[in-house]
Amino acid sequence: MTVYVARRVALAVGVVAGVIVLTFLIARAVPGDPAATWAGPHASAAQIAAARRYLGLDRPAPVQLLSYFGGILTGNWGMAVHTHRPVLSDLATAAPASLELVTAALIIALVVAVPLGLVSARWPGRPADHAIRAGSILGVSMPIFWLAIILQLVFSQRLHLLPAAGEYSPGLLFTHPLARLTGFSLIDAMLTGNWPMLGSVLLHLLLPALVVAAYPAGLITRMVRAQVLDTIGETHVQMTRALGFPERAVFGRFAMKLAWNPVAAAVALVFGYSLVNTFLVESIFDWPGLGSYATAAISTLDTPAILGVTLFIAIVYVVANLAVDIIQAAIDPRVRLR
Amino acid sequence: MIEAPSPLPPAAAVLPAGRALRRGLRANPLLLAGAATSALIVLAALLAPLLASFPADAGTATHPFLVLHAPSARHWFGTDNVGRDVYSRVLYGARVSPLIAVIVLVIACVIGIPLGVAAGYFGGWLDEAIMRVTDIFLAFPPLLLALALAAVLPTSLTSVVIAVSVTWWPWYTRLIRGQAASVAGRPYIESCRALGLSRLRIIARHVLPNSLTPLIVQVSLDVGGVILTVSALSFLGLGAQDPTPDWGLMVAEGQNYFTTAWWVVTFPGLAILVTAFAFTLLGDGLRDLLDPRRDFGR
Repeated sequence: MTVYVARRVALAVGVVAGVIVLTFLIARAVPGDPAATWAGPHASAAQIAAARRYLGLDRPAPVQLLSYFGGILTGNWGMAVHTHRPVLSDLATAAPASLELVTAALIIALVVAVPLGLVSARWPGRPADHAIRAGSILGVSMPIFWLAIILQLVFSQRLHLLPAAGEYSPGLLFTHPLARLTGFSLIDAMLTGNWPMLGSVLLHLLLPALVVAAYPAGLITRMVRAQVLDTIGETHVQMTRALGFPERAVFGRFAMKLAWNPVAAAVALVFGYSLVNTFLVESIFDWPGLGSYATAAISTLDTPAILGVTLFIAIVYVVANLAVDIIQAAIDPRVRLR
Repeated sequence: MIEAPSPLPPAAAVLPAGRALRRGLRANPLLLAGAATSALIVLAALLAPLLASFPADAGTATHPFLVLHAPSARHWFGTDNVGRDVYSRVLYGARVSPLIAVIVLVIACVIGIPLGVAAGYFGGWLDEAIMRVTDIFLAFPPLLLALALAAVLPTSLTSVVIAVSVTWWPWYTRLIRGQAASVAGRPYIESCRALGLSRLRIIARHVLPNSLTPLIVQVSLDVGGVILTVSALSFLGLGAQDPTPDWGLMVAEGQNYFTTAWWVVTFPGLAILVTAFAFTLLGDGLRDLLDPRRDFGR
């Protein structure tokens, strides 16, 4: 187990190093002179030259790469142009809101997808199965930026059931201000017993979370169906049938048990995908997370901020996959031998 | 017909192609629905000039007196913020992102297949080198890498094609590599070597054709995914620019008016959904038909 974990960690570290090199290369692919952009439209030649020295662009590429690497490792991720703040502290401010959104979306997705996948696998080829399969493909084919606009139109503008945008009702800032402890609004509201704030954040979270849940729900439904159909023929599952367990238990308890492993892997994968999908959803709902930060960075052509978000999410994605690999190996010894 | 990959030829593959197809269609109504809808979309793209009620509206035309009219007998999907017919623009949109998706997938195959075959067939340090590079690309969620690239490149459809192609090829390299490695170990490849066939001939005539089935399935499943990615980039303003009738761009433009004019956002978005849905149904059905043992990969 130690050997397996060490090998996995070493591979992940190598991949992260590669990811850093790749973002460096993308930054250098920017057409035009980054020093001129940094200095502004009316800068003199001398000012641009000074900017070039200040940004370290006058040094040879390998030296620049090394200092970029060193900067990433020591927490110097550059300055965001559109906020005039260090990228890393911007990311630390924005990340909790996105992590809350994606976690809520994945909880919704699992609650919906696992039962649907089981129903689909229990009666394959029947109308219910066809409907669930079509529904799950609809989920993975959904342009979620469009879904976000449509749900906002229907539930906020027309039916007035849910708030249209923001993280909580602005009025609460005066009556029940939120004390920032962890940066996660839901957790902070719970820790400080700020129930009106908790309710407001949950209400504001619902629509964006439903939208982000569309893709993972579709993916997990398909996954559960395929895995359960695969394992239902196994001898030990047939054995539970022979022992007289009801069909519900054969599927829900015994066949599903074997499906959890690949489903967990899919959840780690889809966690990273969903973090990126917040780019398409957060600005529509004015949710103050990584997605809103990224869209603001994109519209202002803020290269350090764009690459900072990219690097951050890629690292989260690699770490999430690593964590699932290690947890799976701890639970299931067969994984270690692969 | 291409031979099915290991471990056992699926029943459908040993039947004559026509019968297998008919049997597959009967067992899977979703495949039929997907194939029919996909065909309709391709037809719409080809016949857009004939079907569109106002073909000029797909271009630079503006009609200041027709701004934001609701859907009517004359304008089935209403008009947009400069008075263009949304129905005509949605029809012409079938020529934008679906075509880009096809170009991207061709480029991804052209880069991905040779690298994958080389890695799988030759193994050793070449395999290590190629696969470690793909690992780095695969460490990004696909939309993220495409977005970062499209954001730093100049805003154009060419940049979108480059950004999404660069994101997509490693998936095919990895898929083909696994297939090629398993085929390379089979006895018939060994006999080819014993017969003194050249390496190029073995790869081109024997390894490659026997590795392609899962790739064909994956590519057809990916059409929808690429259309969604391209539309997302356009929605963020990183792809097509204004007169181009791109669906993602039309949703972004309509967003500014959606409280008063729901139709400008609704129909282009619906077109993205229907297209991605139809092609994914088609790919999913093809997978069941050609390669029933593979799971949905990602």
